[in-house]
Amino acid sequence: MDSLITVWNALPFIVGGSLVTIATVCIALGMGLVFGVPLAVGQVYGSPVVQRLVGLYVWFFRGVPILVLLFLFFGLFVGLGLPVEPFLVSCVVLGLTSTAYQSQIFRGAIQSLPQGQLKAARALGMSDGAAIRSIILPQALRLSIPGWANEFSILLKDSAICYVLGTQEIMARTNFVAARTHEHLALFAAAGLLYCLITMVGLYLLRRLENKTHIPGYSTGMN
Amino acid sequence: MMQNTENVLRIHEISKNLGGKAILKSCSLDVARGELKVLIGPSGAGKSTLLQCINCLIQPDSGEIWLNGQQLRRHDKKELCAFRTQVGMIFQDFNLFDHLTAEANVAVALRKVKGMNRHDALQRAREELGRVGLARRAALYPAQLSGGQKQRVAIARALAMDPTVILLDEPTSALDPELVGEVLAVIRDLARGGMTMVMATHQMDFARALATEILFMEQGVIIERGTPDALLAAGAGTRTQAFFTRLQDMGDESAS
Amino acid sequence: MIDTAFYMQEVLPALNKGLLISLALIVPAGIIGFVCGVALGVIRVFGGALPRKLGDWYTSLIRGVPLAVQLMMVYYALPHCGIYFDPYGAALLSFILCSAAYHSEYIRGALLSISQGQVRAAQALGMTMAQTVLWIIVPQAARRALPGCGNEIIYLIKYSSLAYLVTCMELMGEGKVLASDTFRYMEVFLAVGAYYLAMVTVATWILRWLEQHYAIPGFGSR
Ligand SMILES: Nc1ncnc2c1ncn2[C@@H]1O[C@H](COP(=O)(O)OP(=O)(O)O)[C@@H](O)[C@H]1O
Ligand SMILES: [Mg+2]
Repeated sequence: MDSLITVWNALPFIVGGSLVTIATVCIALGMGLVFGVPLAVGQVYGSPVVQRLVGLYVWFFRGVPILVLLFLFFGLFVGLGLPVEPFLVSCVVLGLTSTAYQSQIFRGAIQSLPQGQLKAARALGMSDGAAIRSIILPQALRLSIPGWANEFSILLKDSAICYVLGTQEIMARTNFVAARTHEHLALFAAAGLLYCLITMVGLYLLRRLENKTHIPGYSTGMN
Repeated sequence: MMQNTENVLRIHEISKNLGGKAILKSCSLDVARGELKVLIGPSGAGKSTLLQCINCLIQPDSGEIWLNGQQLRRHDKKELCAFRTQVGMIFQDFNLFDHLTAEANVAVALRKVKGMNRHDALQRAREELGRVGLARRAALYPAQLSGGQKQRVAIARALAMDPTVILLDEPTSALDPELVGEVLAVIRDLARGGMTMVMATHQMDFARALATEILFMEQGVIIERGTPDALLAAGAGTRTQAFFTRLQDMGDESAS
Repeated sequence: MIDTAFYMQEVLPALNKGLLISLALIVPAGIIGFVCGVALGVIRVFGGALPRKLGDWYTSLIRGVPLAVQLMMVYYALPHCGIYFDPYGAALLSFILCSAAYHSEYIRGALLSISQGQVRAAQALGMTMAQTVLWIIVPQAARRALPGCGNEIIYLIKYSSLAYLVTCMELMGEGKVLASDTFRYMEVFLAVGAYYLAMVTVATWILRWLEQHYAIPGFGSR
């Protein structure tokens, strides 16, 4: 009973942290989208050097744990004399990592399109750039939505690690209250449920997005 | 009741309900050694269900199944497995094991069910593949074979078990038209070699030429049976003949 | 520019010590997690209605909650129920519970991808259900699940760093202590990152070799 009261009292504080969590995830997702698409295009259509460089980037950010990257970038920010704002560092680390993962989602989607699409666009006299922008990407991005949904739920879970820098998100606040009240069980159970809830809402919204952008005969297998 | 020992396979009053609907209603069928029984009828008539009830891939609700004068106790798992080794089955969509080469597809049951050693099983498999004209494709995987070749591997796989009778469920329906011939040729050779078979098919010319008896099925009932000559004679006025004519018209239409 | 002495005398000895603990987490968690994942996946496909439902719930729960929260539960919360773990045990248990759920997802998908027709064909040849599972279903499902499960092992290697959160002194923990002592975060964590990169890269090679070695023409590229 006591633990329930503790949780109840701490709930506004912890739920407030979900705003920080959601902000982090949204910024990182957006960053991954903005940088991931050009990386994917570069890896598929770029020169060998470009392909190499993208491959190197992906290899690094998919091979090093988030936790290590957080401290590494913490050190980097200090070394460069930048303001060490935990929220900022978290967003940068998650964003760069997500860029690597998202580029691979988009690359897979681009490569799954039939070869004939690009040829047909060229045959109509489009430049390669125009063909990629107006023919390839609109299809590839649609095909990427399920992979994107998956990336969202992974990012959400990864964002919990950012509390080590002191970002005031769900996990940090739960830890803070738990350390004072010693109600770890109830508090972390509540935090876990909160994460589940955010995942479900996020996936629901993405499914809506998928239905909205649905084209007859085009299946992404998410439903 | 005395069993006619000439009857290799005897199906007696098999019924089956699925999803609250009677799919098979008291179907009976006697097959003597060396006979080729052909099941025809519109799609959805219950041909596949009947064939799969014969080797209990679909357990019939009631009825008897006899093989070589012995009634199958179809809920005895061990007896059922032994029964199935004697009853070969060819499926419409081949159902080759995707992870095994052609020869391994044929050999796997020889090894695991009949307990043959690897060497003997593979040797036997190659012989059977040779019989269906695929000796040179033995090391290829299903994905590397054409539809006709896949179906011939499936036939070799069934033959390797030395079955008493083979059930064929529309073996050429999933094939491109130009590949139908090679499979029918193999089945024709089997029929001429005296293999006992029950086959569902829409290949009417084949049925007319080779069937010892044609059974016409509709809505889970065998409504007509007789020799091809009797059922398909000009002016016989049978359902079989009407069906035959309709199939032929459709064939002519798509040809023109 | 690069402080070789610092690396040789302080960073590498500390990290090597941590690496051993990391491996002591990753290897058993990988093996046991996979075995449990296979069991869970089989239950979720072939089990009775209730075990299947429980398995599905367990999997969605684990997949919906961050591993960091799970670790906190095992290390800080279970003691309230009278169950105690040392940091290593807590980390190992969390990793097993977590990767079993993720593995089961791939196993389940692989099992479901085997066509019903092949099962029928096997039975028509007189195989028992056990023989069918052993010789027809498992060899195919294993190949289908290999890429996903392999990925899961890669994730395990990276997320083993979270053991530091419950004060288990593995690679990450050793690195953090050293970085805090010397306040040379960049240098230390570049080295830590290199260790993880090396582990992940080697694991990737092994998995790629396995995939190619067991590849079948036209199989898996559904
Ligand atoms: N599992 C099932 N549940 C309900 N109805 C089924 C099932 N399987 C087949 N049927 C029905 O049984 C009928 C006969 O099917 P089938 O034996 O495949 O016919 P055929 O092979 O002659 O085309 C069809 O109407 C089909 O819809
Ligand atoms: Mg049929």
